[in-house]
Amino acid sequence: MSVRHALLALLSEGPKYGLQLREEFEARTGEVWPLNVGQVYTTLQRLERDGLVESDGSGDEGPQKGFQITGAGSAELAGWLHTPPDLSSPPRDELVMKVLVATQVPGVDVREVIQAHRRYLVQLMQQWTRIKEEEAGDDLNLALVVDAELFRLDAVVRWLDAADGRLKRAAADPAPVAAPAAAPLPRVRRRAGSRR
Amino acid sequence: MTGTTGGQDKETGMSILELRGVAKTYGDGAAEVHALDGVDLTVTAGQMVAVMGPSGSGKSTLLTIAGSLEEPDRGEVLVAGMALRELSRNARARLRRRTVGYVFQDFNLLPGLTAAENVALPLELDGVPGRTARGAALRALEEVGLSARAPHFPDQLSGGERQRVAIARAVAGERRLLLADEPSGALDSGNAEAVMRLIHSACKRGVAAVVVTHDAQLASWADRVVFLRDGKIVDQTMPMAGPESLLSQGQTP
Repeated sequence: MSVRHALLALLSEGPKYGLQLREEFEARTGEVWPLNVGQVYTTLQRLERDGLVESDGSGDEGPQKGFQITGAGSAELAGWLHTPPDLSSPPRDELVMKVLVATQVPGVDVREVIQAHRRYLVQLMQQWTRIKEEEAGDDLNLALVVDAELFRLDAVVRWLDAADGRLKRAAADPAPVAAPAAAPLPRVRRRAGSRR
Repeated sequence: MTGTTGGQDKETGMSILELRGVAKTYGDGAAEVHALDGVDLTVTAGQMVAVMGPSGSGKSTLLTIAGSLEEPDRGEVLVAGMALRELSRNARARLRRRTVGYVFQDFNLLPGLTAAENVALPLELDGVPGRTARGAALRALEEVGLSARAPHFPDQLSGGERQRVAIARAVAGERRLLLADEPSGALDSGNAEAVMRLIHSACKRGVAAVVVTHDAQLASWADRVVFLRDGKIVDQTMPMAGPESLLSQGQTP
């Protein structure tokens, strides 16, 4: 989440005070991403240094200091919105690693490992769905955030389902080749970016 | 077995569906398949339970046995407190018509009947006078937001609307147990969500529901999710923490 661009987006609606920016940021992200006030001010200072926003020059540091976006700031924001984030390298996913490792540790039932993760993920999805049901009805931004989270978790559950099926088939029909030694962990080719 | 649950914790409390040690086998010899293998499951009034599992895990068999469309080889099924095994064939059929509603992936509406007639039909088959059945049908259609569509035929309705009619049909009258098999499998995500909302709100009015699905997003509408594998309940979700715990955990952006 780019706080920098979120603040530019809020300022694109008109000049605002620092405190107001923080409140609006939290409201617009369905309060899922809390932001501390220090983060708002350091980011605003950097934006000002880079010429993307300007302050109203009252010299008054603090919550009452007003900011507005510059032409360069608007251009930066538009560019950012249209640039897809880099998703080309797979994230270093801890869950994937655990399942891969579980296939090799003697005495560990990998399907039970999968099931433990699946239960946890479905429980999380139940909680998000309850939020959607109870609170997201008239909060469009919260509904969008919850949907994104549900689709993301759903994808992981699907992967676990697929892994479960693949392992079951592999167990029922082992490869005809002479029993291979435990497969080495696949190398993650590129240094994976962090998820969020 | 982890599938056994007291399930008496809801205010509404009364057990509407109870499976005790239910087993079902198809075929024999080498072709023998244990579709269900000792399943215990209790669903109380007002509770929505989702059953997840891969294809071949026994999900659909569980539903047909719960709905008394098929008999188990072993074990007992109680619907609204009555043991199906002890009922005559007629009494079982009556219980099925009166207490149980079904929702299928492909809607199963009769094309020659209007939405209202489709909803009223099972009630009329059960001997409810036409006018009363029609009144109950219109009320059920209103609950799913389709009053205006009552006189329309299925082919004049969208997929989402057809499934809402099917849900109205499943809960019209005094139905207390709703059994749904992949109810939104044929719908886009917006309509799927609408269907799950409706089933969920039927449960809030006291209906007990069992929804079989392989889709975690649908399952996440349920109060409890049970996982079926090779005919056995292998796991289930714990009672939910308050959803607000997700909003206050202070993730760093």
